[in-house]
Amino acid sequence: MSFISRGFKGRGRREGAAGRLPPGQYLEHGFPVLSAGPTPHTPLDRWDFTMVGQVDQVRRWTWDEFLALPAETITRDIHCVTKWSKLDSTWTGVSVDTLLDGVETSADYVLAFCDGGYTTNLPLEDVTGGKAWIAYAYEGQPLAPAHGGPARLLVPHLYFWKSAKWVRGLELLAADQPGFWESLGYHNRGDPWREQRYWGDE
Amino acid sequence: MGAVPSRLSWRVATVRAVQPETQRVLSLVLDVPGWDGHQPGQHIDVRLTAADGYQAQRSYSISSAPEDPAITITVERLDDGEVSPYLADVLRPGDGLELRGPIGGWFTWTTQDGGPLLLVAGGSGLAPLMAMLRHRAARRSTVPVRLLYSSRGFDDIIYRAELDRLVSHDPDLAVVHTLTRSQPPGWTGYARRIDGAMLAAVAWAPEARPLAMVCGPTPMVEAVADALVALGHDPGRIRTERFGPTGG
Ligand SMILES: Cc1cc2nc3c(=O)[nH]c(=O)nc-3n(C[C@H](O)[C@H](O)[C@H](O)COP(=O)(O)OP(=O)(O)OC[C@H]3O[C@@H](n4cnc5c(N)ncnc54)[C@H](O)[C@@H]3O)c2cc1C
Repeated sequence: MSFISRGFKGRGRREGAAGRLPPGQYLEHGFPVLSAGPTPHTPLDRWDFTMVGQVDQVRRWTWDEFLALPAETITRDIHCVTKWSKLDSTWTGVSVDTLLDGVETSADYVLAFCDGGYTTNLPLEDVTGGKAWIAYAYEGQPLAPAHGGPARLLVPHLYFWKSAKWVRGLELLAADQPGFWESLGYHNRGDPWREQRYWGDE
Repeated sequence: MGAVPSRLSWRVATVRAVQPETQRVLSLVLDVPGWDGHQPGQHIDVRLTAADGYQAQRSYSISSAPEDPAITITVERLDDGEVSPYLADVLRPGDGLELRGPIGGWFTWTTQDGGPLLLVAGGSGLAPLMAMLRHRAARRSTVPVRLLYSSRGFDDIIYRAELDRLVSHDPDLAVVHTLTRSQPPGWTGYARRIDGAMLAAVAWAPEARPLAMVCGPTPMVEAVADALVALGHDPGRIRTERFGPTGG
């Protein structure tokens, strides 16, 4: 049993969000921005997306090639480790399954890498099977640079730092390798429903 | 107790003191049993629990130096917020407050990281940077530091007297204020939002490779980081912390 805070009543009882807010999260109606440094601005004619590491052959798409791939529009709840959750956000992008189609790999992990040097690590099974996308539009509009545009990884079932902004590719790896925040005290997997925020959380 | 990274467990701190800073901001001095220390720039998570079990969590930067035996957080009261009005209006000395930490290993600075150090803050975003200034003073460090601090008005400047005192006997520390909404009669300092021209005047040249720590509301942090990059500063030397809650 937790310590009861004298005189605290709390504002929301999560009406309208029943069952959709993971422990410790609150409902946010705006869209906060969080990142470790300045927002990179990569011109689209210099942008590409690559699939490297343990692959039979490196895959590379230019921006135009990427937009020509089959796209999906999905609506998901997102959960940030800084405690806000946003319900029903709508994104358009390419499923990671589509990008991995035809790729031969024995890898079990991926490391997403980004402009600005940010990385985040995930088990391959967290980005396959309809669980992850490279998103380039948010609510029908091109993704703004502050929110990760031109394109960001979207892995809505994990804390949002796993949805790396300004993503430029995936490195397929045999062994897990902690990314940026995962090396700085944040949980390696980051499942919001198990409240895996920091090192040592379950 | 072994070499395993210790779990950040929840513990109940005791409020030792409540100190008003400005009309909308106050500091809470907390005694935390078994606290292992922190690095300047790190934060804690606070958890409030209602009698029916409902809980709310928020993050607050530690504004005190690691050299200080108690930890201090500095909270801006948002009128329609859930947690900050509780911390500001309800908590009294002797009350318990559940928290865990310290958290965050990126937005930190200790004297060993050297300089020159450029600190840029807006409003309560000064809190984690104040921990750095207090740590530097406690260590009698001579690492050159410049703080550019944006407040709405003169009376909204947090830690004003302490900043004045720190500057008065430290030739390696400079503090520059800008007041964005109202200025007292006779104010000769900056009176606008932080922009590239102001940063060019206050910050070192990019060749000096200052380490920049920028903290405040999201639009301010975005604008400052973009302006520093445009001035030629290495993006890898610019670290940001955004307090939210809403933005861009
Ligand atoms: C790493 C980190 C460090 C931080 N350090 C500090 C610090 O040192 N000092 C500090 O003061 N803050 C700090 N913050 C911010 C802090 O965590 C809280 O976000 C802040 O105190 C507001 O919390 P609150 O519960 O009072 O407001 P909330 O209830 O979260 O509301 C915030 C705002 O959102 C609006 N809002 C919320 N819910 C709704 C809704 N349902 N409908 C419409 N509008 C809504 C409210 O109008 C309010 O103005 C930090 C944040 C982070 C991430």
